[in-house]
Amino acid sequence: MTTINESVSNAEAARRAKPDQGSPQIDHEFAGLAPRSWKAPIIFTVLTLAGAVVFCLTVDPGSISKVSVRTGTPGIGDVLWSLPSLITLTVMTVIMVAMTAWAWRQAIVRHHITTWYGVGFGLIFVAAFLVWAVSGEDSALQVTALLSGALFLSVPLIFGAMAGAVCEHVGVINVSIEGQLLGGAFLGAVVGSLTQNAWIGLLAAPVAGALVGCLLALFAVRYWVDHIIVGVVLNVLVTGLTNYLFSTVLTANSDVFSIPFALPVVRIPLLADIPVIGTVLFNQSCLVYIMYAVVILLQIMMFHSRWGLRMRACGEHPRAADTVGIKVNRTRVLNTILGGAIAGLGGAFFTLATGLAFGKEMSAGRGYIALAAMILGGWKPKGALLAALLFGFADNLQNALGVVGIGVPSQFMLMAPYLVTILAVAGIVGTVRAPAQEGTAYKG
Amino acid sequence: MTDIAPTAPQAPNWRATFRKITNSSAVTVVLAIVVALVVGAILIAAADEDVQRTVTYLFAQPGDFFVALGQSIGGAYAALFQGAVVNFGASSSGAALLPLARTVANSVPLIFAGLALGMGFRAGLFNIGGQGQIMLGAVFCSYLGFALHLPVGLHVIVCVLGAFVGGAIWGFVPGILKATTGANEVIVTIMLNSIAGFLLGFLLTLQSFRVPGSNNPISPMVDANALYPTFFGTPVSVGFVLAIAAAVGVWWLMERSTLGFRIKAVGANKDAALTSGMNVRTTYIWVMTIGGGLCGLAATAPLLGTPSQALSVDIASTFGFDAITVALLGRSKPLGTVLAGLLFGGLRAGGYMMQAGTGVPIDIILVLQSVIVLLIAAPPLVKAIFRLPDPSRRHKVRRARGMKASVARSEVTA
Repeated sequence: MTTINESVSNAEAARRAKPDQGSPQIDHEFAGLAPRSWKAPIIFTVLTLAGAVVFCLTVDPGSISKVSVRTGTPGIGDVLWSLPSLITLTVMTVIMVAMTAWAWRQAIVRHHITTWYGVGFGLIFVAAFLVWAVSGEDSALQVTALLSGALFLSVPLIFGAMAGAVCEHVGVINVSIEGQLLGGAFLGAVVGSLTQNAWIGLLAAPVAGALVGCLLALFAVRYWVDHIIVGVVLNVLVTGLTNYLFSTVLTANSDVFSIPFALPVVRIPLLADIPVIGTVLFNQSCLVYIMYAVVILLQIMMFHSRWGLRMRACGEHPRAADTVGIKVNRTRVLNTILGGAIAGLGGAFFTLATGLAFGKEMSAGRGYIALAAMILGGWKPKGALLAALLFGFADNLQNALGVVGIGVPSQFMLMAPYLVTILAVAGIVGTVRAPAQEGTAYKG
Repeated sequence: MTDIAPTAPQAPNWRATFRKITNSSAVTVVLAIVVALVVGAILIAAADEDVQRTVTYLFAQPGDFFVALGQSIGGAYAALFQGAVVNFGASSSGAALLPLARTVANSVPLIFAGLALGMGFRAGLFNIGGQGQIMLGAVFCSYLGFALHLPVGLHVIVCVLGAFVGGAIWGFVPGILKATTGANEVIVTIMLNSIAGFLLGFLLTLQSFRVPGSNNPISPMVDANALYPTFFGTPVSVGFVLAIAAAVGVWWLMERSTLGFRIKAVGANKDAALTSGMNVRTTYIWVMTIGGGLCGLAATAPLLGTPSQALSVDIASTFGFDAITVALLGRSKPLGTVLAGLLFGGLRAGGYMMQAGTGVPIDIILVLQSVIVLLIAAPPLVKAIFRLPDPSRRHKVRRARGMKASVARSEVTA
């Protein structure tokens, strides 16, 4: 409503300023109309055309796509569908064409399409892609395994994105997610190995992340160093430290420091019996349940609690926050450390959730992907969760399609999610707004 | 008063000079390197087995401990220095200076990529896509290098231009997306890094990119004609001259050209630049394209340098990410970037020698690099560590004293 009011008052102001009312040209900005946005329909059209050309025309008309769904519910058997590839793809393309047409219509009448509409379109596109990829193959696509693996692989990305969101909302850009993940993985593994207990390791992982967060806060908040510089350099520092300790101490005494311990996989009694969803969501490592709790807690607390309001005030308008008595720099330091701890907890994924010993640079750039997920998700826990799941899905697609053994160059398959992300950032998300005063020092 | 008067002008002068020296950035750099070496020394000593053994009877025979400490730290740093600058044990003066030549050769890709990212930083763009841009440059450079057979001289030029074009294409994409749709360049460049990696992996599956008859994902070597000519048989090649020329070119672009002025204006305040009539969008496109091209040139160092490498999936090594620290240490200025590139190239060259000679893993170089950059970015911290006067602090203290005095005075009058 406010936007309409503002534009109406703008229009009035413009009319008062311009006495020649009879000019035939009507500037839409001043006519109280929302600007038309063509980006989404154009992207939809490109994807639909690509889908129609590549999927429907290259698929062998007589081939069959086998899709297997394991329900995981006692009493309900597993499903194996043999879909005729061409018909399935045609139906999906028709749906995409219809959705694209609706997007054009919405653009013409100056309505914005919702994010969920874009997500839905993306899901259908991905489904069509999968049907096309497995068409004519002997082995079936294991949908349940694909989804549950995707959720598992997105755990570090989700924790990292949450850490990024907390830090950015308080006004500190956290590029050191990578270092925090790696530190968490390292300390979690070492402490778990020393105490012979994965749970104690899980307690140690956030400590490592928080230490990196402390350094970030020290340099960014106390010494006003550019946040991105500190973040990148801290990543190098943690990489160097963990590599060095791995090559010297861990390798020399691997029987003390490098015994792998894994957190148990827990099947939650009733919930896991829900067909498909139960197996995907509620038959996972303990770290996944902690992740659910963290995401829900942050989404609520960040926008509906005193802590969240104060935190966001420090990121949006620190001087105003200071004026009403919030200690800006103290809030920033504490929340940066909290963010670091969350990312450190996510680092436990690499060692304690997978049950592997620590290896050099095992976070492998996931911290940067988490950063991208956080921005793609519009700086909000909910959006970041969706984006991180997309990347986790992309990660797992490699495994799933590798099993099926498709004929198309696998590199192009693996590239697809990253291309889609670029399209999404360029088309649907566009310029998402960051917290206004992120990355600036408060020198009050 | 009269007896103080002659000395009074002397004291502030001396203090001013002292303050000037301690405030200079050169002192900060030197002290930052000292702190980094101390941190490295602690790590080296902590991981040394002799030190670990002798520390158990430290109080019984402290001499053993300190000898072991000195040997581990001194040995490692001596090897680092000999590997990076001068090898004292060499038979001839040429061999003695070979490490320095390796340092210079190592610095070439870092200087190219560092210049590129530094340009982006000055325009307010955070380009993490160095890695992908280097890969694309490598693809073009390598293909032109082994597929064509051109005469001496011309072939090198064609390869270098190809590398520039390849990188520029990969830099243009985030630039145009940022300019037309406002897509965040951080995300786009990260995604393009992954895409470049997969693209390179795919190309290396094609027969036309492989050694004939081979199944390994490695391309043929570039023609001998395409290699950079070297100086006096050392690893230093024309590539280094090109890197310096690129630095001069970037300096001219940033300090003397209209585009450079626009870049700096956009980086300082893009709204103000827009209001004053500058085209922010084309500036973004130019910065990313030229930066991508420079990153592409970084790929010529391993491909056309001596010893030459064939195109493989890890041709870009970690140059793209190392270049971020190089650009940061060089404060995004051309001269600073060249010096930072030389420092990091030297640490790389010396690190290998240290690892081979003393068994200290080369990873400690990363720790040294990051501590140096962190401290240089925070001069007040360096001053606090060494108890040097900090101008910003001094001011506060004086003001606080003045306030205290005025409070005291007001209390007295009350």
